[in-house]
Amino acid sequence: MSALLALVKGDTSAESVVPRTGFTAILTIACAAAMAFLAVFVLALALSAGRQAADWEASLADTATVRISAPAEMADVQADTVETILSQTPGIGATRRLTDDEQALLLQPWFGSDLPVESLRLPILIDVTLTEGGPDVIGLRQRLSAEAPGAVYDDHGRWRAPMVDAARGLRTLSLIALILIATVTGVTVALAASAAISANGQVIDVLRLVGAEDRYISRAFTRRFTLRTLAGAAVGVVFGLIAVALIPTVAGGGLASAVGFRGAEWIWPALVPFVAAVLAFAATRAAAARRLNEAG
Amino acid sequence: MADPSAIALNSVAVSYSGRTLFRDVSLQLAPGSFHFLTGPSGAGKTSLMKLCYGELSPSEGRITVFDQDTSQMDRNAIARLRRRIGVVHQDCRFIDHLSVAENVLLPVTVSQGNVEAARADMADLMSWVGLNALTNHRPPELSGGERQRAALARAVILSPDIILADEPTGNVDWEMSLKILGLLIELNRLGKTVLCATHDMSLIRQAKTRVSARVLRLGNGTVELAGAEL
Ligand SMILES: Nc1ncnc2c1ncn2[C@@H]1O[C@H](COP(=O)(O)OP(=O)(O)O)[C@@H](O)[C@H]1O
Ligand SMILES: [Mg+2]
Repeated sequence: MSALLALVKGDTSAESVVPRTGFTAILTIACAAAMAFLAVFVLALALSAGRQAADWEASLADTATVRISAPAEMADVQADTVETILSQTPGIGATRRLTDDEQALLLQPWFGSDLPVESLRLPILIDVTLTEGGPDVIGLRQRLSAEAPGAVYDDHGRWRAPMVDAARGLRTLSLIALILIATVTGVTVALAASAAISANGQVIDVLRLVGAEDRYISRAFTRRFTLRTLAGAAVGVVFGLIAVALIPTVAGGGLASAVGFRGAEWIWPALVPFVAAVLAFAATRAAAARRLNEAG
Repeated sequence: MADPSAIALNSVAVSYSGRTLFRDVSLQLAPGSFHFLTGPSGAGKTSLMKLCYGELSPSEGRITVFDQDTSQMDRNAIARLRRRIGVVHQDCRFIDHLSVAENVLLPVTVSQGNVEAARADMADLMSWVGLNALTNHRPPELSGGERQRAALARAVILSPDIILADEPTGNVDWEMSLKILGLLIELNRLGKTVLCATHDMSLIRQAKTRVSARVLRLGNGTVELAGAEL
């Protein structure tokens, strides 16, 4: 930690004794930028998937619909029966019959706003709010089919449950991808640092002969590689954010429309360069320690 | 403590991949003494020097520098020890992209010492070794003798109590050899313990007229104090 502080304070004396090696600099900066770019994408995806999973889960957890399709003269009677049954069922909270206007609103996307709802024979819809745990669905369905044959209990979960799983899977995958990105960044920086350290074997030998301790020698490299990674990653994050912002938004388009950062989530892309810098610092230190131990 | 040695070797043996270079070498360098280490090329003069600054570990025996057992030191302790020993290495290696001045300052830089103060004293140090005009040159531009003197300046910048010079007159002409010898004698007069490896007998004879130096001869796998034949 103190080494990290010394680095921030900017002791450049150690750095100046090691000549710059062009290709390791470019390798580090380019890798950090590319990986940060990817990290921003994957972060956006992970956060959105998590958000979506939570949304969907919440919606399917506490609402259901009962749809009654029956001949006009029987529909109302059945609707009353259904409401009675629902009120007696544990796990069911409030119920509310949708008005014709609300139904018209639901149909609007498909049939336009000038639909003569009155002339259509629409099923009656009852919105159901579930209480903790929900009802015993199988029991409820049996009772409904016996007493109100036109009623269908739809708990949304039938089709949404796999989507919640999918969103969760996507999030897990994104997190794995983030770990891979971090690993590749660390390994690349370590390799670049190793190459730089090997290329400067003679310099290191001289430093040791004049009494340089390990931490001095490793600082000659850590500062440089940490700052390069920080800079590269910052550039990558900026481009990543631009790219995320350019993903076309589709109204009601589900996951695709939601890819992006909201509110406190902005902290995550902002952290990427710093996480990358810490990774680079650790990787360079490890590479330096390995080389120093090898040399004895 | 009764007159501790600056450097003491105790029944030391050195071997490279199983081949013993020398064994049972014991010697003590008293503080403020001047010793020459001589012997044919390949006898192990450089190896013995390396033992003294922890670059080489003995296969047997014990080495104490400033009363510290070098085998008990880790790498960082060895690094700190080297700041107290000025070494002119046989190949006097420098960092080629730094100026001569920066190279001479390296021991101060790496020990996080007061670089500014040392820089201020640079002119004196460089004129002492006669390199005033070359401080801003790069080491590859220096001649053999200039490299040796730059190495000597680097060796003394931290005012070490011990000076180890490995063939400091290696490939320089006689006049330059005398100049470098003069600097070593001057350092000895300031109280530094000096160990100078050389195979140049005429240099040793020259020195004997100016300083009471003892001569250690390395050969036949061990070390002995050379007698009056010089
Ligand atoms: N790192 C090493 N590995 C193997 N053999 C070495 C090594 N260093 C020196 N030697 C051998 O040890 C012998 C003595 O070398 P050195 O100490 O340089 O002698 P001198 O300085 O007296 O010429 C030489 O034969 C040399 O080849
Ligand atoms: Mg030698």
